[in-house]
Amino acid sequence: MPSFDTIVIGAGPNGLAAAHRLASRGDRVLVLERGTTPGGGAAGAEFAPGFAAMPLAHLSYNLDARVARTMDLPRHGLRWANANLATTALSATGAHLRLEGPLGLTLTGEVSDRDRAAWAGLRARLLRFAGVLAPLRGMTPPRLAKGVGNPMGQLAKIALRARMMGADEFRELGRIFLTNVHDLLDDELETPLLKGALALDATLGIWLGPRSPNSVLPWLDRLAGATDGAQAALGLPMGGMATLGAAMARAAEAAGATIRCNAAVAQILTDGDTVQGLRLADGEELSAARIVSSLAPKTTLLSLVGARHLDAGQTTRARHLKTRGGAAKLHLALSAAPDFRGAALGDRLVIAGSEHAVERAFNPAKYGRTPQAPVMEIVIPTVHDPTLAPAGQHILSAIVQYAPPAPADPDAARTAMLDASLRVLEDHAPGIGALILKAEMLMPHDIETRWGLPGGNWHAGELSVEQMLFLRPLPGLSQYQGPIKGLWLASAGCHPGGGVSGTAGWNAALAMERAGK
Amino acid sequence: MTYDAVIIGAGHNGLVAACYLARAGLRVCVVEKNDWIGGAAVSRELYPGFTYSNCSYVCSLFRPEIMRDLELPRHGLQILPYEGGAMFTETGGYLGMFRDHEANRREMARHSPRDAENYDRYLRDLMRHCRFIRPLLMRRPPDLASFRPRDLSELAWLGKQISGMSEAAICDMLRFWTISISDYLDEYFENPVVKAYQAVGAIIGTALGPMSPGTAYVLLHHAMGDVDGNVGAWGYARGGMGAITRALADSFRASGGELRAGVGVERVLVRDGRATGVVLADGDEIRASRVVSNMDVRRTFLGHVEANDLPDGFLKRVRTFKTRGSSGKLNIALDGLPRFTALPEGAPMIRGDLHFTDSIERMELAYDDWKSGHFSRDPFQDMMIPTTIDPTMTPPGKHFMSSFVQYAPPKIAGKDWTHADRDAFGEACIAQIERAAPGFRDLILHVEVRTPRELEAEVGLTEGNIFQGELTFDQMFFNRPVPGYADYRSPIRGLWLCGSSTHPGGGVMGAPGRNAAAEILRDMKRPLDDMRDAYAVL
Repeated sequence: MPSFDTIVIGAGPNGLAAAHRLASRGDRVLVLERGTTPGGGAAGAEFAPGFAAMPLAHLSYNLDARVARTMDLPRHGLRWANANLATTALSATGAHLRLEGPLGLTLTGEVSDRDRAAWAGLRARLLRFAGVLAPLRGMTPPRLAKGVGNPMGQLAKIALRARMMGADEFRELGRIFLTNVHDLLDDELETPLLKGALALDATLGIWLGPRSPNSVLPWLDRLAGATDGAQAALGLPMGGMATLGAAMARAAEAAGATIRCNAAVAQILTDGDTVQGLRLADGEELSAARIVSSLAPKTTLLSLVGARHLDAGQTTRARHLKTRGGAAKLHLALSAAPDFRGAALGDRLVIAGSEHAVERAFNPAKYGRTPQAPVMEIVIPTVHDPTLAPAGQHILSAIVQYAPPAPADPDAARTAMLDASLRVLEDHAPGIGALILKAEMLMPHDIETRWGLPGGNWHAGELSVEQMLFLRPLPGLSQYQGPIKGLWLASAGCHPGGGVSGTAGWNAALAMERAGK
Repeated sequence: MTYDAVIIGAGHNGLVAACYLARAGLRVCVVEKNDWIGGAAVSRELYPGFTYSNCSYVCSLFRPEIMRDLELPRHGLQILPYEGGAMFTETGGYLGMFRDHEANRREMARHSPRDAENYDRYLRDLMRHCRFIRPLLMRRPPDLASFRPRDLSELAWLGKQISGMSEAAICDMLRFWTISISDYLDEYFENPVVKAYQAVGAIIGTALGPMSPGTAYVLLHHAMGDVDGNVGAWGYARGGMGAITRALADSFRASGGELRAGVGVERVLVRDGRATGVVLADGDEIRASRVVSNMDVRRTFLGHVEANDLPDGFLKRVRTFKTRGSSGKLNIALDGLPRFTALPEGAPMIRGDLHFTDSIERMELAYDDWKSGHFSRDPFQDMMIPTTIDPTMTPPGKHFMSSFVQYAPPKIAGKDWTHADRDAFGEACIAQIERAAPGFRDLILHVEVRTPRELEAEVGLTEGNIFQGELTFDQMFFNRPVPGYADYRSPIRGLWLCGSSTHPGGGVMGAPGRNAAAEILRDMKRPLDDMRDAYAVL
């Protein structure tokens, strides 16, 4: 049987980042991808003839600078159509609010002077806190056991930087660390539209509402990301996010990795508790001394490895890994440009009238039901790159929250979610319904099927404080080394979580190098 | 004359602090606005012949070391443990709870054998978390930003507690502190009624639903108490909850303390950044070298201190301290014992806590109502009939029923509660009881319905929050009540806090009062001879 040094399972951003790093250092690397195209969440499937395939991710917010630089992504096709996308918080009456610059540096629209000043203060504080915590993302998380080689120096440096903010700011970080987005915003601001846009930004892709305690921390993590060197800036690649996935794949191949698509892995083969290779779904066996799985930890541990290779505690914990996804994805093929009452269509458009609207949309999802008035983040990539659709026509891509991850009747829930979303869109862009040539609503269970993310969760495991840092994906497995020898975990389900960042894959590759020394 | 300390408010924490200070030889005066003392731990005759525990209604958390130090049993305090309880289901069944562990497991197995199997593991894990938390209750939280020896040694003490634990144990603990009770229970149980029963303690008094992260920890707050060393047990104070504060007041007077009820404090006197006493509502002044407020942090600083005397940053944090009330209360005088159709004749469960909300989803739905500014039409009730154990509270054959209700918001859709709102709220609760106990309505002699509005007006709890401030992580431990001021002190020298707004928070626990007294005595370089450590029951 064919032999490789390393087999990477999954050609998503993390798998490709790890493959690139390992291949550059001389490993013979094979990347196996279940789908037809590499790119993971940055690769999509065609939903309407003549319209470009839409990936799961439609904006870049946390692409790892180390990954972008080392993989030389610009050389492999990454160009930013806009590396600092503005946000328009849509009003149903046309009184929009525009936030320009990273995290709304400037506000245009009806906002009181008091709120402008308050927002400037809160924004600076959020970015400062996120900035202080940012180095944690690029680290192997510490473990709480002795003798595991914790990066004490790096940790001390982060703690020192946090304390250097001053006693009051340090205490404030300690206060808001586990607080909720609603109270944080409500303490400072009064403009509903502004609070709504921020509350949605904070809760995108996580299974928490703005009122949920601990919801600020994932937001700080999100704000720790950067686009083209600018913290918290949102980026849209020329050609859409699929270009980013394709560039990463080309870079990995240029470094010497082999990517094989349409190759689903059925099982990891072991000899005792050492990795030997793997078996594909079609029965083919491949051998390798090292396997790097960028699939969700739950899938890797319970399906590919199997409970018999785990200790009882690990199996129980793996089963209890929470993977609820609350974000649905809507794709519309439009015959002409919609009119959101004059909003700039190149912006990221947000429909979330207030922080309460976001929470109200979360309420029914908790019980497996769909919301009457979902909130959403909209991108119209064809405004930036008209070649993605036939001349004069457009694609609208929206992340719609909150969708129930396991509704009793999945098809009925999908229909209800689509209907509710179209109603909300019609309210904000009258006439948009008549422009729709094709609509695709991907519920969390569809996202699970298509992208292999359990529960449809973007982060391959909920990004919540009880599943972060040394608790991610599981206590004792936080340093990328798997439970059996030669198996490494390198997915979004590991520290620091998802997004098209490649960070977990890169961190894992670094950990492998340290372990190899 | 000048007192060594004047204490504002004769609630249980104010009295605990007062007792310790008086025992240490200080000249102490306690001032209470109401004609009666006790704050939220009171027994009142609101219907002839009936004693109501009309605020707090059960006892478990009250610290045993305080009971012993202050000789409360000698001053008449007796805690009567109560037996189990029941959760009624919508389909007419019930899940019972018993003090006897085996009986409990058998009853659980009737609903789910697997859950009964897991119950031991669940309790063992819970007790492990209790064991870690209990010693923290009686300590002053460290200030993370400080380099003072006291704070550093406190941090070192914390580190030492953790360093003895295994990685898995620490991780389990951190998960437990931050997870929602709903997610936590999913890891042990499958039956919805079993889960709902276990979730009760995680939501009582909080402005959170069972699906909110951080609620598993709240469960601990209701599970770590004990009655006579029996951890997790709950009891009634004989003669109603006022027996606790009555015993405290007697103990206080026996130590030479002075108590003045019936006139409230108008404001705290501050001169050159130092508290010098209080001015009463009737104009009288009481001079004291230190003022100790048992009022919540917002009431103290926003209502009784000049804003000019406080730094802006502190004032802002006090203003944004969350005190949203989430509960109401029904106190009912009954002509006889109601008959719950689901329960077998003579079932002992009627002597415990009774509930009607048979799933986590229903509890969460009630919380969704609260979030939108309404009381729930399908409320969660924690109902007791203490007279089944303590017959001293009513005439023979009659009963007193106490029902704690969630969720009730501080305001209804942004407006103050009206009498009509209050009546509708009471009716929703009574209708729910009537469904489980037909004929209940006819037994009612008198009902007192209390919403957050009444709790604020009478007891002085801002927005009716029974914990004097929500128990969420941003308001716990070193963050309670204000980051940098978790040491019971305030920016005004000589002005101290001793209420539930401070660490470790609410419940009739007495810990804040004792911790505050300890800090005051340390500050005065007095020995803490009268404060002995707790005996270890865990």
